[in-house]
Amino acid sequence: MTISRRQMLILLPAAAVAWKAVLAGTPEDAPNYRTSEHWWGMLIDIPKCIGCGNCVRACQTENDVPDGLFRTWVERYHVTDEDMISPEVISPDGGKEGFPMVKEDAGKYFFVPKLCNHCADSPCTQVCPVGATFISPDGVVLVDQSYCLGCAYCVQACPYGCRYLHPQKHVADKCTLCYHRITKGLTTACCESCPTGARQLVDLKNPNDPIHEFLKTHNVQVLKPQMATGSKAFYNGLDGSVR
Amino acid sequence: MSVFKDAGHLFRFAGLFVLVFLIFLGVRGFVVPKTFGQYGHYRAAAIGDVAAHPMKYAGHDACEACHTDQADAKKAGKHAHVNCEACHGALANHAADPASVVPVKPDTSVLCARCHTATAAKPKSFPQVNPEEHSSGVPCQTCHNPHSPGLDAAAGGAK
Amino acid sequence: MNGVEGFMYPNEIGLQWSILIVLYPFITGLVAGAFILASLERVFRVEAVKPTYRLALLTALAFLLDAPLPLQLHLGHPERSPEMYFTPHSTSAMAMFGYVYLWYLMAVLVFEIWLDYRRDIVLMYQKSHGPLRLVYGLMTLGSTNISERALAIDDKVGWIVTLVGIPSAFMLHGYVGFIFGSIKANPWWSSPLMPVVFIFSAMVSGIAAVLLLYMAVTKLRKQVIDVRCVDAIAKYLFYIFIIDFSLEMLDLVHRIYEADESFRSLNFMVHTQLYIPHIVIQILLGTLTPLFLLFLTQIIHFPDVVRKRLYTISGTLALVGVFAMRWNVVIGGQLFSKSFLGYTTYKMELITREGLLVAIALTLLPFLFLWVLVKLLPPWSGTHDHAAAAAD
Repeated sequence: MTISRRQMLILLPAAAVAWKAVLAGTPEDAPNYRTSEHWWGMLIDIPKCIGCGNCVRACQTENDVPDGLFRTWVERYHVTDEDMISPEVISPDGGKEGFPMVKEDAGKYFFVPKLCNHCADSPCTQVCPVGATFISPDGVVLVDQSYCLGCAYCVQACPYGCRYLHPQKHVADKCTLCYHRITKGLTTACCESCPTGARQLVDLKNPNDPIHEFLKTHNVQVLKPQMATGSKAFYNGLDGSVR
Repeated sequence: MSVFKDAGHLFRFAGLFVLVFLIFLGVRGFVVPKTFGQYGHYRAAAIGDVAAHPMKYAGHDACEACHTDQADAKKAGKHAHVNCEACHGALANHAADPASVVPVKPDTSVLCARCHTATAAKPKSFPQVNPEEHSSGVPCQTCHNPHSPGLDAAAGGAK
Repeated sequence: MNGVEGFMYPNEIGLQWSILIVLYPFITGLVAGAFILASLERVFRVEAVKPTYRLALLTALAFLLDAPLPLQLHLGHPERSPEMYFTPHSTSAMAMFGYVYLWYLMAVLVFEIWLDYRRDIVLMYQKSHGPLRLVYGLMTLGSTNISERALAIDDKVGWIVTLVGIPSAFMLHGYVGFIFGSIKANPWWSSPLMPVVFIFSAMVSGIAAVLLLYMAVTKLRKQVIDVRCVDAIAKYLFYIFIIDFSLEMLDLVHRIYEADESFRSLNFMVHTQLYIPHIVIQILLGTLTPLFLLFLTQIIHFPDVVRKRLYTISGTLALVGVFAMRWNVVIGGQLFSKSFLGYTTYKMELITREGLLVAIALTLLPFLFLWVLVKLLPPWSGTHDHAAAAAD
């Protein structure tokens, strides 16, 4: 669709006004969003991940994540021919600047992006003593940073290591599935910046969501299924050696 | 009644408990946030707090609304599913005020190498080269249009 | 990465719970243990330990008052801790703590101490002057009735409070064990044995603490140590220690036998990073040695002086061993990665809010509280006999 210069001059101011509202984060100006109509999750497509670290950087920018701590990170696995069960894993600075080069080597390599799994039966919300962390009605596990005591019990209870205490705010912090974006019809920062489509937001209550369709037609796994956390981060092509 | 007389101190102790409990209930009524418990054991207004976080990434729809030429070129090529800000960085502030915030063009010698440097760790089907052998220091955009990097003439990628 | 071996999830590298969180279960353990010793006399009528009854209660109170301090210093927002009372999350063991603590403090410990000391409080109120008179006056709650009948009622009610206090003491410290034992994410902690082991090791530490305190305080007062008393205490220490040791060995043997997915990683950790704290300090020095020494005192009749020395050594080693156990649980549980592929190190700081100096100060503070309590409510003033209270 090409817009003529004249149309541009008309559209631009209107767009600017709309954008101001979106940037200010005022939900009233966003299209109608009802929490009961959504149940959010994410698909990670392992064969597509190239370990570029775009997602880690994008998340840090979008969410002001402190250095050295991660709301999302990427791990690189090397499974050798001799030991198919115990992989060699690295995650240099969370994979933020990518990974060191590897010359041709035996065994298999792959990248595993990780984030908060937004568990439906989350152990972290179970142990919070005051109700500062909770799962929203649309399936996103959030932290109420003005109520959190900073006791770190939730950090201990998370089997996936996705939580941390914010060093300046002294409260628990973690991936919010870019709640401030997905409630306005946008996708998460990590999905937006992933060049290969290895990360895709999914709305499990939306029958027309193509990713939901993907989940229904492919073999997908979750991390640590034995923990029975009701994890909603689904992995396509997850190797058995992944921890 | 003599029993009560000799156990009076116990009633005083119990009375102390009751008093403290009543004060506690009173304070609690003031202190607990109003929206607490609305949807579950948490302060419902916290959902709005999280949703109010400012955005740094505009999202490709916002970019494509104005930059239709680049969007069209990209749609036909190999980078069709690479969103604008994946390379250009977070530009919500530019989308909000295009005139005053002018993005800097990314340096292709750094940018392209991040994804396309060959390593045994990347999926074999992904296009990757050894930058030194491939172009010996010549900037990538000399031959490749970043928005449609394929060198097939039909795709209109070559410069 | 400094101090990291192998692979850890990036957010796991720094420890969340510091030495203050090691101190907290140690202190509440002393409280529970001291109280159980006091209950031996009050409920189970073990006459021999009577000289330590009041001292044990005051010790429990001194440590209980100190117990919340390491927690408050650890919290990111201690000013928000009242939220645990206003909106406790019923699925959280930690939330229930606030109420268990308050119940134990007020409805058990303070109540029992008050009932036992009431006669002395009223007498001291009537004898004192100035601000001290006000303090005692408040403690009487305005009632100066110390008639035979009133004191008999106090005695009966006190008995019931102690009886209720025993399961309450188990709850106070058992829940600490449950806080760790219920975390399925952490295989070093997750175990139904955890609350039970915590309770029994708490009893070991509390009994050892009162034993040492009684001997030290009696010596300071230049009085004669009641040897029959310390013999009885040491005997109970020995029995409880055996149960505690058996439970810890059961946990260990069970882990080694079942060898689940976490075993290789944890086993490596115990043999390397935790070798000194776990094998050497907790097991060899802190459990096997005092058990052996106590065993000797049970089967060989040593002279009094030698026996008291052996009790002192055993008691001290037992305290060291129980502290080491808390360290190995809390710190050990955070040294290995939940990926079972790596380890980190605990860099304990010196002068920060959660550093070593603060930990030492918080360990010494209860002795200051105890000193104040002992001055205010002397454990050995006048005759003190539960059965014969009415005869005074």
